[in-house]
Amino acid sequence: MSRPIATTRSAAGMPTPRLAVWWLIASEIVIFGGVLGSYIMHRLAHGIWADYAANTNPWIGAFNTFVLLSSSLSAVLAHQAAERGDGKRAANLLYLTTLGGAVFLCVKAFEWTTEISHGMTITANTFWSFYYTAAGIHAAHVIAGMIIMVIVAQTAKKNLELHRVEIIGIYWHFVDLVWIFLFPLLYIAK
Amino acid sequence: MAESIRVEHAAHHDDHHGHHEMSFLEKYVFPLDHKMIAMQYMFTGMFMALIGGFFAYAFRWQIAFPGTEAPFWGQVSPADYNSLVTNHGSIMIFWVAMPVLIAAFGNYLIPLMIGADDMVFPKLNRLSYQIFLLSALIILASFFVEGGAFGGAWTAYPPLSTKAEYSLTPLGSTMWITAVALEFVAFLLGGINFITTAMNSRAPGMKMWDIPMVVWMIVIASILFMLSVGPLLAGGIMMLFDQNLGTAFFDPDRGGDPILWQHLFWFFGHPEVYVVLLPAVGIVAEIITVFARKKLFGYKTVLYTAIGTGVLSFTVWAHHQFIAGIDPRMANVFTVTTLLISVPIAEMMFVYIATLYGGSITLSTPMLWALSFIFEFLIGGITGIFLGASGNDIYMHDTYFVLAHFHYTFYPIAIIGTYAGFTFWFPKMFGRMMNDKLGKLHFWLTIIPFNTIFLPLFVLGAAGHHRRIFDYRNFPELSYPWMWDLQALATYSLIVMLLAQVIFFYNVITSWISGPVAPKNPWNSNTLEWTATSPPPHGNWPEGLPTVYRGPYEYSHPDRKSSDYWPQNEPA
Amino acid sequence: MILDSLLPSASTYAADINQLFDVITLLVGIPFLVASFLFFSFIFRFKAKGGQKAMYITGTEHQYMKWIHRAHVPILVFDVIIVVMAVNVWYRVKQDLPEASSTVRVIAQQWAWSFVHPGPDNVLDTADDITTVNELHVAANTLYHYKLESLDVLHNFSVPVFRLKQDAIPGRIITGWFEPTMTGTFDIQCAEICGIGHGLMPAKIVIESSEQHAAWVEQNSPFAVAALAAN
Ligand code: HEA
Ligand code: HEA
Ligand code: CUA
Ligand SMILES: [Cu+2]
Repeated sequence: MSRPIATTRSAAGMPTPRLAVWWLIASEIVIFGGVLGSYIMHRLAHGIWADYAANTNPWIGAFNTFVLLSSSLSAVLAHQAAERGDGKRAANLLYLTTLGGAVFLCVKAFEWTTEISHGMTITANTFWSFYYTAAGIHAAHVIAGMIIMVIVAQTAKKNLELHRVEIIGIYWHFVDLVWIFLFPLLYIAK
Repeated sequence: MAESIRVEHAAHHDDHHGHHEMSFLEKYVFPLDHKMIAMQYMFTGMFMALIGGFFAYAFRWQIAFPGTEAPFWGQVSPADYNSLVTNHGSIMIFWVAMPVLIAAFGNYLIPLMIGADDMVFPKLNRLSYQIFLLSALIILASFFVEGGAFGGAWTAYPPLSTKAEYSLTPLGSTMWITAVALEFVAFLLGGINFITTAMNSRAPGMKMWDIPMVVWMIVIASILFMLSVGPLLAGGIMMLFDQNLGTAFFDPDRGGDPILWQHLFWFFGHPEVYVVLLPAVGIVAEIITVFARKKLFGYKTVLYTAIGTGVLSFTVWAHHQFIAGIDPRMANVFTVTTLLISVPIAEMMFVYIATLYGGSITLSTPMLWALSFIFEFLIGGITGIFLGASGNDIYMHDTYFVLAHFHYTFYPIAIIGTYAGFTFWFPKMFGRMMNDKLGKLHFWLTIIPFNTIFLPLFVLGAAGHHRRIFDYRNFPELSYPWMWDLQALATYSLIVMLLAQVIFFYNVITSWISGPVAPKNPWNSNTLEWTATSPPPHGNWPEGLPTVYRGPYEYSHPDRKSSDYWPQNEPA
Repeated sequence: MILDSLLPSASTYAADINQLFDVITLLVGIPFLVASFLFFSFIFRFKAKGGQKAMYITGTEHQYMKWIHRAHVPILVFDVIIVVMAVNVWYRVKQDLPEASSTVRVIAQQWAWSFVHPGPDNVLDTADDITTVNELHVAANTLYHYKLESLDVLHNFSVPVFRLKQDAIPGRIITGWFEPTMTGTFDIQCAEICGIGHGLMPAKIVIESSEQHAAWVEQNSPFAVAALAAN
């Protein structure tokens, strides 16, 4: 299948894929905005939630923040490598980024199993419902990002479609940024 | 220019493609061509419209003749009644108005009107349709599961929608919210495609103000949709969890808040009405300029009022919740914002009326539809003011007055606007002319019953008839004979209207098979889609994509002596 | 004028809402009629005639545009009038809570209404409260507070002849007021979908003169009923 000529134009002065990923992010911001806005409204109305939030482990959360931020760094480096036309190196850095995502998820899995085994399940109360829902939606984005990243890395390895490295990078930074909001809201505010 | 080199390359490429015939599956079932995807959306929407119309028939029969069997349906039980009303509303908005006005017309028109050979993401486009189709199948399937389809109204207020012991439709509720959420995802994907295509893939020479209005409107609508639907998607996930995992986001007994859902729903729900309004308004702009041979009166004015309406629409949502238990002081704020919205919309309507001034008007079928849109929508719009006035809404809320208000807005948009666009672009889409006589007959037999259905409902609403009541015999004050007469009038009119659709389908089928072959530009129109062959081939302009030299509405230009139109692609 | 020709007005604020409705009808009716008149006259006046070209107007010319701008003035003025009146009525009905001489409790559930009347001592939540199902008894010309609650899903306490509507929300008690002005028996409807039986939730409001009402309370107070049973 050939690509339509439409794809090659850029009347707005920005390459189409980059434009599209920004719009995608705009639509994601309002989704997370909806969850977090609802959470904040509830939180303000229920002082007791601070007590529930005390049960979260800010150290694990901080560690995960660190992991995600480092993975963003490798995504930036991957983009730089792709700019230079070094597809191999870009691919490797993307795999490294994916690894960061995997570590993040493993830590989350560990964290959640401990919490659930202590009775803090998604149905325990509305605080925990929000906790698991917000972090769960975020984790789903991490997983999606990882899958796409592997696909992009596969082609980048062959020095093809290198512009995609930047696109997935932008997306990955966004996923990080969401976590930067989630972390203080769920773990630190007590 | 780089562009022209690429064009040649593409033309060559297409040639090459011609040798490898696409299989039936590639062409009709899993197409990548924007026009074929548009047709998939169009016909799915048409099919859903018939289902939604049939549901309306079944429950309107029950309203007017309670206790008797509706032909072709049977006795409508209270549970049936609620499922029919709920799914009628949901289907008409999410599976008719959205797919036809935004997805079908958007897909068909955007590339053709901006001079591109396709959407920028054809595969995303195909995926969007497939998700949409899946959602449609889920909503239809919900009628056949145990407990039946969801019956808690299209607004799905919890706790009724979240607790099976209240709704008695354990599966139906979940299927409803799943279908709606999937539909949103489909339109988010489609929207990204529309926005980026229109922003980036315009033909060389096409500046911002040379974009045809309908393209602008679909793009603005897509942005509006994108920015408002997020919270409801989040709410949809929360609702799914409440239904199936036992969380309590919306359960007041366990620390949740049912009003939260209402905020999430209406924060989307109100912008949504403009999401469907704008594409229809765009379609009407194209048609009235062509058939009045006039330039649009104030291109930028229309654009700015549309943007203004879009921005304001984020500030009015709680006018649906005046008496839902929100802080009564808030009602005052929302009354002000709601009434403010009348200013840009009034300006937009006045601009359309002014466009007719000094024209040379031909009342063809598409023009009749477009004109009736303006008039009927005015009625819908001004009756919104009654509801926006908080003090009056105490009485009017959830009466048939609300119902008549929004049918006077939605029907012009979803049905009249669609018919206007469909009859206008039919020659382009199918390469044949429609029969104008049959078209006009269909128009009158649709528009007159439409008014005789819903005008009586204003009166009944003002007299206190509430919505979603399956049998008014329980309420002596609502059972005076004149009220039954009006209800019966509405139902009979609906039957006439539904029968009149047979004319439409007959006209479509016979014209498609044996109508006169359509020339490239049957209406002497300026915009680019009319410079492609009817119907346009894959790639739209195999001979090379057009270049644009002027705006879309240069009709009857004094400098142009040879004809009263001036195609966008014609060099000066 | 319009609303009271369709149904009775039986509360102190019903007349306000009737008036508001009339004013809005007038204020949106005028622009609507003007717009429709122009709309139809343009269609007839500018029908295509052979060989006659349409005018070329871009919509930026001051001479034409000024008409659109001028039209905003009346619309804004009308909007302001409507807002002021609507907010006034709203304030009176929903924000202001005048002193009551009696209070009733209204309890909605799938699919029936229970009404708790205060009984002979006129105090709610005492032993002589009278509870009825689907029938609310009130006295005319007496200012009532209602305390509205729901046991399951959302319902809506709607008394069309009062022009009164209020959602009932589980987990909350919402207080509002009304003052009946005429006697008679009228419909109470549920105006929020509440499941399969939503159309089967009719109740009656019986408005009696104060003497009749006192007699009804006397007869139906739990003590009177118990005494009757003992006989
Ligand atoms: C596409 C559909 C559509 C559109 C365009 C509108 C447009 C408007 N709607 Fe409507 N509305 C709905 C669809 C729509 N609505 C639906 C579906 C519901 C019910 C949902 C449910 O509960 O199920 C609803 C319900 C609804 C309510 C809640 C009623 C209730 O439940 O109690 C309110 C209240 O404010 C309202 C107001 C308005 C207003 C002020 C406009 C304005 O945008 C209208 C502006 C237009 C004009 C005003 C006309 C042009 C102007 C003039 C001719 C000048 C003269 C005007 C003045 C002097 C003011 N609508
Ligand atoms: C776009 C929105 C839309 C449309 C078009 C309609 C169309 C109709 N509606 Fe609908 N209605 C709603 C949206 C819509 N409705 C909503 C949101 C609700 C509220 C639900 C709720 O309370 O939860 C509602 C509720 C509702 C009720 C209230 C029930 C109640 O509260 O008890 C009634 C009652 O009369 C009614 C009647 C009708 C009728 C008679 C039509 C007729 O006009 C239908 C006639 C249909 C046709 C004539 C179809 C023909 C069209 C085609 C064949 C399409 C061709 C397609 C292409 C060219 C692509 N509707
Ligand atoms: Cu109770 Cu509807
Ligand atoms: Cu609204």
